[in-house]
Amino acid sequence: MQNRKNRKGAVLFTDYNRGRSIKKALSMSREEVLFEIKESKLKGRGGAGFPTSTKWMLTAAAKSDVKYVICNADEGEPGTFKDRVLLSEYPDLVFDGMVIAGYVIGAKEGIVYLRGEYEYMLDSLNEYLEVIRKENLLGKNILGKDKSKEGFDFDIRIHLGNGAYVCGEETALIESLEGHRGEARNRPPFPVNSGFKGKPTTVNNVETLAAVTKIIENSGKWYQEHGTDKSTGSKLFSVSGDCEKPGVYELPWGTKISELLKIVSAKNTKAVQVGGASGICLDKSQFNRTLGYEDMPTGGSIIVFNESRNMLKVLKNFMEFFVEESCGQCTPCRIGNVKLLEGVKMIERNEFTFNYINKLKELGATMQVASKCGLGQSSPNSFISILENFKDEILNTGLNSTSFGNGGNNGK
Amino acid sequence: MENKENRAPISQKPHMVEKPAHPEHIGGSITVEINEKKITVPMGTTILEACRENQIHIPTLCHHEDLCIAGVCRLCVVEVEGMRTLQASCAYPITSPMKIKTSTPMVRKARRHILDLMLSEHYGECYSCVRNNNCELQKLANEYGVDSYTFGHVKESQHQIDDSSYSVVRDMDKCILCKRCVRTCIDLQEVGVLEAINRGDKTTISTFMEKPLADVICINCGQCINRCPTGALHEKDDSDDIWNVIDDPTKHVVIQTAPSPRAAIGEEFGLPAGHSMTGQMNTALKRIGFDAVFDTNFTADLTIIEEGTELILRLYKALVEKDNSVSLPQFTSCSPGWVKYIEHFYPEYLPNMSSAKSPQQMFGALIKTFYADKIGVDPKDVVSVAVMPCSAKKFECNRPEMDDSGFKDVDYGLTTRELAKMIKEAGIHLPEMPKSHFDSPFGDASGAGLIFGATGGVMEAAIRSVVEFVTGAKAEDIFEKANVLPVRGFEGVKIVELPIGDKVGPVPELIKHLVPNWDWLKGATLKVAVAHGTANAKKVMENIIAGGELASCHFIEFMACPGGCIGGGGQPIPTTPEIRKKRAEAIYAEDESLELRKSHDNPFVVQIYKEFLTDGPCGHKSHELLHTHYTKRGKYIA
Amino acid sequence: MLVQEKNSLTEEIEKYVEELGKDRSALLEILHLLQKKHRCIPDFAQQEVARLLDIHPVEVFSVITFYSFLNAEPKGRNIVRVCQTISCDMKGKDNLCNAIEREIGIKFGETSKDNKFTLEYTNCLGLCDQGPAMAVNDRVYTSLTPEKAVEILNGVK
Repeated sequence: MQNRKNRKGAVLFTDYNRGRSIKKALSMSREEVLFEIKESKLKGRGGAGFPTSTKWMLTAAAKSDVKYVICNADEGEPGTFKDRVLLSEYPDLVFDGMVIAGYVIGAKEGIVYLRGEYEYMLDSLNEYLEVIRKENLLGKNILGKDKSKEGFDFDIRIHLGNGAYVCGEETALIESLEGHRGEARNRPPFPVNSGFKGKPTTVNNVETLAAVTKIIENSGKWYQEHGTDKSTGSKLFSVSGDCEKPGVYELPWGTKISELLKIVSAKNTKAVQVGGASGICLDKSQFNRTLGYEDMPTGGSIIVFNESRNMLKVLKNFMEFFVEESCGQCTPCRIGNVKLLEGVKMIERNEFTFNYINKLKELGATMQVASKCGLGQSSPNSFISILENFKDEILNTGLNSTSFGNGGNNGK
Repeated sequence: MENKENRAPISQKPHMVEKPAHPEHIGGSITVEINEKKITVPMGTTILEACRENQIHIPTLCHHEDLCIAGVCRLCVVEVEGMRTLQASCAYPITSPMKIKTSTPMVRKARRHILDLMLSEHYGECYSCVRNNNCELQKLANEYGVDSYTFGHVKESQHQIDDSSYSVVRDMDKCILCKRCVRTCIDLQEVGVLEAINRGDKTTISTFMEKPLADVICINCGQCINRCPTGALHEKDDSDDIWNVIDDPTKHVVIQTAPSPRAAIGEEFGLPAGHSMTGQMNTALKRIGFDAVFDTNFTADLTIIEEGTELILRLYKALVEKDNSVSLPQFTSCSPGWVKYIEHFYPEYLPNMSSAKSPQQMFGALIKTFYADKIGVDPKDVVSVAVMPCSAKKFECNRPEMDDSGFKDVDYGLTTRELAKMIKEAGIHLPEMPKSHFDSPFGDASGAGLIFGATGGVMEAAIRSVVEFVTGAKAEDIFEKANVLPVRGFEGVKIVELPIGDKVGPVPELIKHLVPNWDWLKGATLKVAVAHGTANAKKVMENIIAGGELASCHFIEFMACPGGCIGGGGQPIPTTPEIRKKRAEAIYAEDESLELRKSHDNPFVVQIYKEFLTDGPCGHKSHELLHTHYTKRGKYIA
Repeated sequence: MLVQEKNSLTEEIEKYVEELGKDRSALLEILHLLQKKHRCIPDFAQQEVARLLDIHPVEVFSVITFYSFLNAEPKGRNIVRVCQTISCDMKGKDNLCNAIEREIGIKFGETSKDNKFTLEYTNCLGLCDQGPAMAVNDRVYTSLTPEKAVEILNGVK
């Protein structure tokens, strides 16, 4: 964890001395900190893109003695691994961001919900927390904030997940923290009013919290200078699939897909899945689209497919994922995903009718609006976009072989 | 009493928004637009409630008035202006002005899709289903014009039917995962047998370690059956066996009927809730072919005498003889769901249970002894059936200890629903039947036995008798029309204090040999309590354990089902607070219409102690036939 | 289960509850600790957890069956999880799994007779840039070839 890789970026992947932003934030009033965040126009980096300042303002305004900051490190979206990099190489940014969040909303406790798959990071993260506790960046009266009045107390604990993708959904995550099945809640009430144990809770993505630290260090205005008008700052992209240089990249919002493909040295690219399994799949004609809230908002998962790939197999992989990972409580998501997967298998066997595929697309549209949480609302995205953008390959050639395509490097 | 926090996830509690005390307070009510009509509702009203109050029908499957909100079936979705997704109206509290549309193309399509999805996994044919014509899924499929299986239909059974229990059968092929049974079992009843297991497409409802129902801590209350929208949960049907014995000329088949079925069975024949069908049911039962029809209220009256005497003896031992080993408060034992509940959850309190059998089992023991003897039929040829509002009665009559007559005391426990089915099968439309009386020798019983059907009824019946026994005064002089109103109603736990005063009467003949006089009760206050639903029973038990107020009670009535037997697990479906209220009203009205309203005034009760149970209440013979013992089951599931 | 085993399990769970509290929010952490130590959460342990947290055993069971990394039935001493999600799938997960199945002699989803291995697929391990990836218990291995994977498993005790 100590040996930070030589990563390049303008905002997050830059030098930082831990505690610097905490110190600065504590020298400001809560309103001033909130103002900087607002000024930065930072939006949630998990994918949903809710303005962070609004979330914090609502949590700060909710009446309660007890409030919580939760860091959503249940990074489970296929093709996403930026939080792994942040937590292992930049824990200072993430934890400082949590402390600042705690200060703004008036929480004393922060919880990191770390996905079970990242258990190997647990010990070193706890060691790190112990270190910053000793430095009084956590614990009682952090940095001796105000000697005359009661200081600011805040501590962080890490909760380990147990293998459930849906727990990345914030209310499912809270349910899980409370010792329940990870089943999304009805909203309203929203976590900002009634979250963990019924108390006002802000749930922020790892990357969002890291960005907060940088914003406080450098000001909201500085942050705004990066990216575009509506998509300020930078974004971490987790790039995998058919490219020579997979990995995490910090790029300004507003980067075009084609630019990104160049950076990662992707060749003969046929398709790009933006936003993981729950995202959408673009064909060549759309590579000029822009990553950002104006055009293609995303949590940062970019999966590249070259010409050799069978897009139906890709879709089948996604749908199998959702069938397993749906929490199973609401009808559209639990059974809908099964039906979409069955549809894919029908195509695979050449036993489909266009009529039925259209019905499944309509079903997908219902799932997008009628499912209880984001999982079911986004799981039909790839079904709909792949069948639309790769219609000819999948539905019109009848060449749905079972192989994946070798992509040049699958060990054969 | 502390209200133990509802285990349901916080967001799924029934009232998600604190409603202001008065809608007319500022901010207390909100005007919303539903289907372009302005409607003013109190803050926190759900969209579903607002629609229902304004005659806008919204389909629901997971929603149930008795249960906390789930928001999982998604059938009740509506469009709210400005929102990208549809909103589940059952779970959406109105806290700000909004424009709602309940029947747009998007909404209708979504609902149809959801039904199509449910039907694609719903195995079985409607015409071979116990819920045919009373199935919420079937009804909605009809309403939404489902004429084909858009997304296919499951071709073969995916789950094994669990019919291990005497009472409840689980057929998960028909389950639509609305989780009403889970919320019933965990939140409403706090028994905790059923939960969702697994995830995604593997999700199903099951028991601890997926064990058969008979091997877990199910109390057989059947409340899950009453709330199941489909045929996934139903009672174990005994009607075929009963037809067989009716058709067998060598068998003398008698049936006893509990008070609650007659107050509800009309619902199965299209009548609104609250029509008492006592006389019609008697006629129908005779026409079906039962050889004799008896009123369980007779043994309810007997229960009052036996259980009341037992209480007096316990009090006498404790207060006069200063015997510390006496267990007080005494708990009623008529509800077999409650009996199994305490056997599992509080076995250390079994000594507090009255040893008196339930009315059903008392009657069973008398039918195969006293009655068989009286009519000169070999008891082995007597088949004793009991129609009950209850699924747990099936388990009760199959308890191995229930054979004091030398035979299985009660052969079959039949639910109200099964009986209705038999009546229909016999080609009888119940409301058209002429009325008739119960058969001798037991005849018509008292109103005190009748009100056993509603929560507080056993206590009221006991109070009517005890008050007269002890004070010598008439119950009517103490309670207007002998209606003991404080023990009535649907409050979860009711505590009532009855000061005896300084005037006591002579000890009645029946129990004169047991207590010399009532002087020891002068100035005493009898403290009693009533609890219905096992969640409330749990509250009472925890309070007793903690040495709270209820520990100082003398007598506590427990009923496993919310509302008491009228809300029993064998009663017509659906059940709602409103329906249970109506059924209770029917019972109380019938009681008030009767001449005979006190158990000890029942002439045949008096006679049976003279003729048969000659050593009196709680005497040797009565202990042999009318009392029982319990099993320490505990919670541990092996 | 022997009485002695039961008693020691109870003691262990009581210790966890003392550390983590009796609130239901401690449930998953307790289950995680039990799972780590016993490689499963036996039915007796589930009931003890339920008793100490004042919830129903079926609720504990329900939670266990929801999460991929918790199980009520015992598994092998070493749980091998190969990532089946897209990026690893594209990088030759199938070949990897075929080799493992050949070498260990069981299929995915099964446990070897000697209880040494349980083979499972898992969803995204978050190592998409280094696929195919595999986890053996809580250690992860990346950029695997069939040969390398087999070598790793051969080295496992």
